[in-house]
Amino acid sequence: MSRDAPAEDLLRELAPQVLGVLVRRHGQFDACEDAVQEALLAATVQWPADGLPDHPFGWLLTVADRRLIDHWRSERARRNREERLAAQAPADEQVAPAPDGESTGAHDDALTLLFLCCHPALSGASQVALTLRAVGGLTTAQIADAFLVPEATMAQRISRAKQRIKAAGGRFGTPAGPDAIERLRAVLHVLYLIFNEGYTASSGPDLHRTDLTAEAIRLTRAVHRLRPDDGEIAGLLALMLLTDARRPARTGADGALIPLAEQDRTRWHAGSIREGTALVTDALTWGPPGPYQVQAAIAAVHAEAARAEDTDWPQILALYRLLAHLSPGPMVTLNQSVAAAMVHGPQAGLDLLDTLAGDERMAGRHRVWAVRGHLLELAGDREAAREAYRTAARRTTSLPERRYLEIRAARVGGGA
Amino acid sequence: MKFMLLIYNRPGFVEELSEAERTELFGEVDAIMAELTASGELLGGEALADPAQTRTVRVRDGVPAVTDGPFMEAKEHFAGYLLVECESTERATDIAARWPDAKRWAMEVRPVMSESGTEM
Repeated sequence: MSRDAPAEDLLRELAPQVLGVLVRRHGQFDACEDAVQEALLAATVQWPADGLPDHPFGWLLTVADRRLIDHWRSERARRNREERLAAQAPADEQVAPAPDGESTGAHDDALTLLFLCCHPALSGASQVALTLRAVGGLTTAQIADAFLVPEATMAQRISRAKQRIKAAGGRFGTPAGPDAIERLRAVLHVLYLIFNEGYTASSGPDLHRTDLTAEAIRLTRAVHRLRPDDGEIAGLLALMLLTDARRPARTGADGALIPLAEQDRTRWHAGSIREGTALVTDALTWGPPGPYQVQAAIAAVHAEAARAEDTDWPQILALYRLLAHLSPGPMVTLNQSVAAAMVHGPQAGLDLLDTLAGDERMAGRHRVWAVRGHLLELAGDREAAREAYRTAARRTTSLPERRYLEIRAARVGGGA
Repeated sequence: MKFMLLIYNRPGFVEELSEAERTELFGEVDAIMAELTASGELLGGEALADPAQTRTVRVRDGVPAVTDGPFMEAKEHFAGYLLVECESTERATDIAARWPDAKRWAMEVRPVMSESGTEM
């Protein structure tokens, strides 16, 4: 997929803003989105031929608006509604904006669009798909590619999501009060999911999925620009940057996964680490931290260590304790047990791991067994470690992970 | 998460059903397929031809032995599959439970191994 980078970046930057203005003006997400897609298509044809317009935002808005109205005109059944709308709309909205009119609400519109895409009536998978399409400006084919599903499936998922928003009465307005905080949390979670989808897949040969991490970072950056004083947005951006910084060192030449402790840290991306560390260090001074900030802080402590053995484990353990307090969960306990083992010895980690034994959310999860194997290996119980690694290998649904765990099981050897 | 739902039944059972039973059975199948298509959970699926057309291949000591049909004693056979992507094992199990063959024979729900891996 070759790209005309500057024009494409500009289009993707502007598309959600144009969509936001249209939806606010006309209130029909579905039809407005189609109109914006058509305007984008027109732009990709005309701009390379005629050159960039002086005011790309105004150009796109005008074209999309015209398409929308053409669309309504062509449907007789809609005519009455159109006339009613036109009669109701305030006079100033009847006038096309000045070409340079980056209407003051454009940025808020982009954020509101994100809120709409992360509507609570949608499943997580649909929120992700709709966000990538409406806010990220990716095509259905690109999204389908990234999630390794047929394009028809993704098209259905997106169209179904739009119907659900409509059925749920998705109003286009900025949520206020406690609702806004709840919705912002959903938005951040969706961005986090998009990032993870790309990151966990970066061992594969498919570049589209690495694009997803870039897309998640780009969108989170945009949200951070809109709300620069929100510590959790800054925390999430920092977390993504610090995690993504490790990407070059995560996989070997054969695509095999390399665990954190064995990664060649000189290959970590220094620029991302600097930016992420600065972001989270600053955000932590603003007030009580949230879970994303604490996770970013943990990633920053790992990044600080030039060698794995230089890791400041007491600090990481303290941060995990804070995280367990802020947002307790079995995955936090699991990670905390590794930190506890590094500070107080493997038995302390195993004791903490035992507290998860009755947790149904972790039943059948391979990761508990992988960590148990690691801690048992540290404790010198090779036989039990091998069995734990084997159990973990049987339970994972990831091929690279299974290979890794089988190698670990073989490496600790049997009966020694 | 991606799951393959494996359909097991007895060859030829459809012919033994009454017209009404057949209509009901295919109605149930159509309803589930329509729902999975609308939700975007359906990735694919195929029905397999009668086991009479099957060949089973075994190579032992470099010598291939090809025999007709997959079964010796089995009355049930693997009749087809659905590939779905859904949010949880519970959802995949629900879909399988509604497939008509589950009532008479069995459905198997198996997570699909992915090519991606998380950091250790």
